[in-house]
Amino acid sequence: MSAVTFALKAALRQRLDVSPLIPEALAPLGPDQIGAIPLQYGNRTLAVDELFDFEVGQGDPGVIFRGGSEKLDYVGRGMTQGEIRVEGPAGAYVGLQMKGGRLSVTGSVGLFCAAEMRRGAILVEGDAGDWLGGALPGNRKGMAGGSVVVRGCAGARVGDHMRRGVILIEGDAGEYLGSRMVAGTIAVKGRVGAHPGYAMKRGTLLLFSAPGSVPPTFNDCGLHTLGFLPLLLRSFVGLGSSAFGICQRVQRYAGDLAANGKGEILIVQ
Amino acid sequence: MIINGVAIDDTFAEAFPMKATRVIITALNQRWAYHAANAMTGFATSVIACGCEAGIERELDPADTPDGRPGVSALIFAMGGKGLAKQVETRAGQCVLTSPTSALFAGIHDGDKIPLGKNLRFFGDGFQISKQIAGRRYWRIPVMDGEFLCDETTGVVPAVGGGNFLILAESQAQALAACEAAIAAMKTVPNVIMPFPGGVVRSGSKVGSRYKALNASTNDAFCPTLKGQTVTALSPEIESVMEIVIDGLSDQDIRRAMRLGIEAVCALGAANGVRRISAGNYGGKLGPFLFPLREIMA
Repeated sequence: MSAVTFALKAALRQRLDVSPLIPEALAPLGPDQIGAIPLQYGNRTLAVDELFDFEVGQGDPGVIFRGGSEKLDYVGRGMTQGEIRVEGPAGAYVGLQMKGGRLSVTGSVGLFCAAEMRRGAILVEGDAGDWLGGALPGNRKGMAGGSVVVRGCAGARVGDHMRRGVILIEGDAGEYLGSRMVAGTIAVKGRVGAHPGYAMKRGTLLLFSAPGSVPPTFNDCGLHTLGFLPLLLRSFVGLGSSAFGICQRVQRYAGDLAANGKGEILIVQ
Repeated sequence: MIINGVAIDDTFAEAFPMKATRVIITALNQRWAYHAANAMTGFATSVIACGCEAGIERELDPADTPDGRPGVSALIFAMGGKGLAKQVETRAGQCVLTSPTSALFAGIHDGDKIPLGKNLRFFGDGFQISKQIAGRRYWRIPVMDGEFLCDETTGVVPAVGGGNFLILAESQAQALAACEAAIAAMKTVPNVIMPFPGGVVRSGSKVGSRYKALNASTNDAFCPTLKGQTVTALSPEIESVMEIVIDGLSDQDIRRAMRLGIEAVCALGAANGVRRISAGNYGGKLGPFLFPLREIMA
């Protein structure tokens, strides 16, 4: 068991797939074996030691990417345990199909972060791109468990096809928030773009500022004090976000009535 | 052994294994939490005919409840997990779901799980909403006063039922006063309930009856009006006997409650008409848990 720290030897010119560099894969390997792991770099395959300076330390299984890069794709893809920390930005597909462990990025991340995630926890200190917690194109099962906290803003289509789990966005969220959502919870502290809850079947969008307009396929269910909200909001602190506070009073809209209609948009009053 | 003029019999109480769970009931205010809890733990004095034994364990401050509202915790005991599951679900559905502003949470998360809101959710007729929060599944069931929030399951743990002691006094009023003092002291002990009305039983039973259809009948040896008619366990000055039955999550919890209760009774002492403390047992044949009075009070 070991913690491995990677630092890029030079700025990336092509996109780099680092999906083999997950804690459980590296734990049984020695430095030579780690250095020889092939990575897809643009249209070429290069060994780890051609791209990274790395050192193997003691401690729990973990991976640290020092510096990071916006071209560092597939960080923590399918990881099941341990911890990955990116000290800087990361590229697309961070935490794709993640099944456990913890993943944190001190910078921003690109498209499809937490897409098709099953378990575990992701913390993004910066912003997140489109399709956060969504499904890959053509797939119909998005995020199905675990938690994602984004300290900054998130792009469009957050939680597309999401089935379970929690996404917390402390900044703003883009258009089509929770589109085609099947279940789960998305909370947004900032503003949200147009068409929230588009075609959502079930699930909860908890919004702390009213959207420009609530979609016409959502029906107003009135102003309510909901007992589960304090429980839910307190649990956010355990997930690593204390930006949401405690509230109980919400305006409830049920929809999307063009889909199953059992989802809800709760707008905090 | 004599404490403050009260003789402690050289005998033991005998208890048996049970299964138990704890539930937490919250409401808009403490009064309505009690309404729901009293209903849920009503008609639950003895497994003989009630299906379970239940009682309110303690009052909970908002800071101690899952949803930050006033509440109470209740313990429910039954002879087996299946019986307990049936009783918990029925009582939750009829007594807590129906009670205005109530919410119902699991108070034990270990052990096997039995349904709490798992099947009650169907009352929502398709409008119920599941929420998984911090690893636990809750159900939000729409009801006419808003939403009924309920844990999906609660945990079942092994427990002990039937701990007891008898208070023998010179009059009915003095026996009752001693019982009230004991119950007040025992209610400070966590993990135990005294399931009978006010915590006190006046109709202690023996095993068997001269009537074939009955498995239990009045404990004639401790009935003061039968002193001249049966093999009595009472001396001439005893005019009234009352019993306190204790169910607990462990035998240690019952021991602690028994000691506190007997201490409170003995504090009243012979000056207040309390003459003896005894206990009900079945010669060690009923269950594996024995509570020797003198050992507990040593």
